[in-house]
Amino acid sequence: MKSHPFRGLYVVAAVLLVLPFVLPNSFYVDLAIRMAINAVIVLGLNLLIGFAGQISLGHAGFIGIGAYASAALPTHFGWHPLLAVVAGAAAAGVLAAVLARPIFRLKGHYLAMATLGLGIIINIVVRNEAAWTGGPDGMAVPPMAFGSFEISGDKLWYWIVALLLCVSIWASINLIDSPFGRALRALHGSEVASKVVGVQVVRYKVSIFVLSAVFASIMGSVTALYVGFVTPNLADFFHSIELVTMVVIGGMGSIYGSVLGAVLLTALPQALATFEGWETVVFGAILMLCMIFLPKGLVPTLAARFGKGE
Amino acid sequence: MLAQFLQFLFSGITVGSTYALAALGFTLIYNSSHVINFAQGEFIMLGGMLAVYFTHAGLPLPIALVLAIGLPAVVGLVMEKVAIEPVKGAEPVTLIIITIGASLVLRGLVQIWLGKGTFSLAPFSGDQPIHVLGATLMPQSLWVLGVTAVVVVALWYFFTRTLMGKAMLATSYNRVAAELVGINTDGVLFLSFAMSAALGALGGILVTPITLTSYDAGIMLGLKGFVGAVLGGLGNGLGAVVGGLLVGVLEAMGAGYISSSYKDAMPFVLILLILFFRPSGLFGGKATDRV
Amino acid sequence: MNMALLDVQDLSIHFGGVKAVQNVSFSIDAGIVYAVIGPNGAGKTTLFNLITGIYTPTSGSILLDGQPIQGKSPDVLAQQGVARTFQNLQICMNMSAIENVMVGAHLRLDRNLLKAALRWPSIKSRDRDLRAEAVELMRFVGLEAYTDARADAMSYGALKRLEIARALAMKPRLLFLDEPAAGLNPKETIEVDALIRKVADSGVTVVLVEHDMKMVMNLSDRILVLDYGRKLAEGTGAEVRRNPDVIAAYLGAHA
Repeated sequence: MKSHPFRGLYVVAAVLLVLPFVLPNSFYVDLAIRMAINAVIVLGLNLLIGFAGQISLGHAGFIGIGAYASAALPTHFGWHPLLAVVAGAAAAGVLAAVLARPIFRLKGHYLAMATLGLGIIINIVVRNEAAWTGGPDGMAVPPMAFGSFEISGDKLWYWIVALLLCVSIWASINLIDSPFGRALRALHGSEVASKVVGVQVVRYKVSIFVLSAVFASIMGSVTALYVGFVTPNLADFFHSIELVTMVVIGGMGSIYGSVLGAVLLTALPQALATFEGWETVVFGAILMLCMIFLPKGLVPTLAARFGKGE
Repeated sequence: MLAQFLQFLFSGITVGSTYALAALGFTLIYNSSHVINFAQGEFIMLGGMLAVYFTHAGLPLPIALVLAIGLPAVVGLVMEKVAIEPVKGAEPVTLIIITIGASLVLRGLVQIWLGKGTFSLAPFSGDQPIHVLGATLMPQSLWVLGVTAVVVVALWYFFTRTLMGKAMLATSYNRVAAELVGINTDGVLFLSFAMSAALGALGGILVTPITLTSYDAGIMLGLKGFVGAVLGGLGNGLGAVVGGLLVGVLEAMGAGYISSSYKDAMPFVLILLILFFRPSGLFGGKATDRV
Repeated sequence: MNMALLDVQDLSIHFGGVKAVQNVSFSIDAGIVYAVIGPNGAGKTTLFNLITGIYTPTSGSILLDGQPIQGKSPDVLAQQGVARTFQNLQICMNMSAIENVMVGAHLRLDRNLLKAALRWPSIKSRDRDLRAEAVELMRFVGLEAYTDARADAMSYGALKRLEIARALAMKPRLLFLDEPAAGLNPKETIEVDALIRKVADSGVTVVLVEHDMKMVMNLSDRILVLDYGRKLAEGTGAEVRRNPDVIAAYLGAHA
């Protein structure tokens, strides 16, 4: 990322600017919005998996926290939707911090197990507590509004989400090329070496996990507000796996890979919609083939092929 | 009071035996390769589903059972050859993701082939409940417990008395050293996948008459078996059995005494507690890294 | 007046039944080059790991400037100006050579996550300065040819020197070098020898574990001899060579 670190961002921004005028109808705009939402979540998750070398198998749980915060808090307690978004993000962050601190003190891949457990617990809670969450059928989400101005509809949300995506990419690029980011990458490269130069390993791992959880929660709220409805599927195990698949196929540790992975795998279920069961098989096959043949993911492999570096 | 407690205990040990077999499967593979095989649950599911398929197809029970254990073993072998061996030296994250991918493939294929229905198997020796101190015990439970006990003893014999078993143990302690004394560690890995799949399938078959089976039954069973393995101390065989049984019992007790709608959440709360307070499990030891 | 920089008192560590280090005591004054030698398995690297916080001793104490540091973790010790290199190299192969060096300056920079994400100007300018400093450090250790290289493209000998550069980026008071000449050919060994001399001359207290006796005798002001985890002898090079126990256990034909 030497010559011009933001070149890719300008390309993405340009595409985002042009897209709504090029897309044939609102179905595609909706798809684009979903792709962008996933891209932001995957960016956060990739910071965790690609840079800190840790894996989360329950990230959909954090999405669920944000989504249901946006649904339940305004509905049952009359909170303003914006406050609900912040509350969801705070809850996700605190939960992530509480979970991560003891886990990261351990050597090995305990985070995978812990996040797996957490994700499933969140999903079960959401399904059971029907009085608060609407149970398996889900519940409606009051839209974001300021006075009489309501934010709804795909046109408005498209620009909000596009902006969020650009800001997230910009922030990620800054983060990676900073002392914080270097420490994170060093941690992944050699934990012992990073300790010895003074990196507080546990603190860093916790920070990045919390960051990725907050990203997920905010985008969960965005999804809820945009769609106007939430169901427990948003927070289930398969969704967590889908997100990991997006990271893996795009490229662990690659910012633009995150975007590409999100784009490809958000489109895939649409393409496979008529083939029940095949969706699962295809996702599984992608995961396996990618890890066996393209362990670095699409973007880094292509970048290396064309001699660009990163 | 007692009757209720016993009831929960019986159902807990019964399903706990399946978890124990699954936990053993996880342990076997973890020991020979340090891979956590997230596809273990699908082997359990395959056992039950194949047993149903073959009996419905008219095959006599014993043959159906042999196939229902043998075929998953073959699947395990294929999975090892195709998905694990090519990436032997990879990062743990990579291997975890591969096994997750494999589990999705298996589950998806079964869903396509056999549909989304729920199926049952006839209990092996009838369904006349047995009354013990006010609680009822299904004969099938005795089958589950009995077969599991026999299998555990057989495995113990295998690992401590036979050359092949000792070779597998040696590989789990120190792979390089095992290779240096001529043990075919690739073969050990190969065998461990087959055995692990067979164990899982067996557990799935045994418990299907009680808990039914479906294309997605494997996820929860596998994950709970995994919790059992971690509870016992990942890598410890005896721990796996004890851990699996404990998970089953705690789940049943929790569902019975605390809340039945959170039954499925119990094992996962348990794993969080384990990781927070005793990550090495009941029987696991601490390891130090050489720098 | 001259309180020792590092004071090790009766230090022991047991791993299960193995007494890797037993009741070792010695002290190191600021500004000298101190060597720890002994046969393989004598406990030298274990001793290093104890002092640099990777292991916690079973008993005994380690005082840095009179303050106890035993059992403190490596990142705390880094704050106290303790740096080290590793026998088996701990380089971040996923980063470039210069980034590895820059990581060494970790504690001297603003590591705030939020400011980093927002591209705070002060962070960017400090990073620019740091990059220049890292280039200088790489030149100091003789790696000017690699300032644009990736770590995974460098030779073993170069990586050993990269680790030293990273340690120097910490601006340490006390530098532990674990077998800096291991795996190097004669020419590289001479270069490392000269490098260590340069580092010591710049005011850093250097402690090294080394098997190459010529280098040890050449560089060291004082030597500690370990055998089976115990202190066998301590003194200047001349004193240690004459010590009959040392000769019997170790030096033998190498003198």
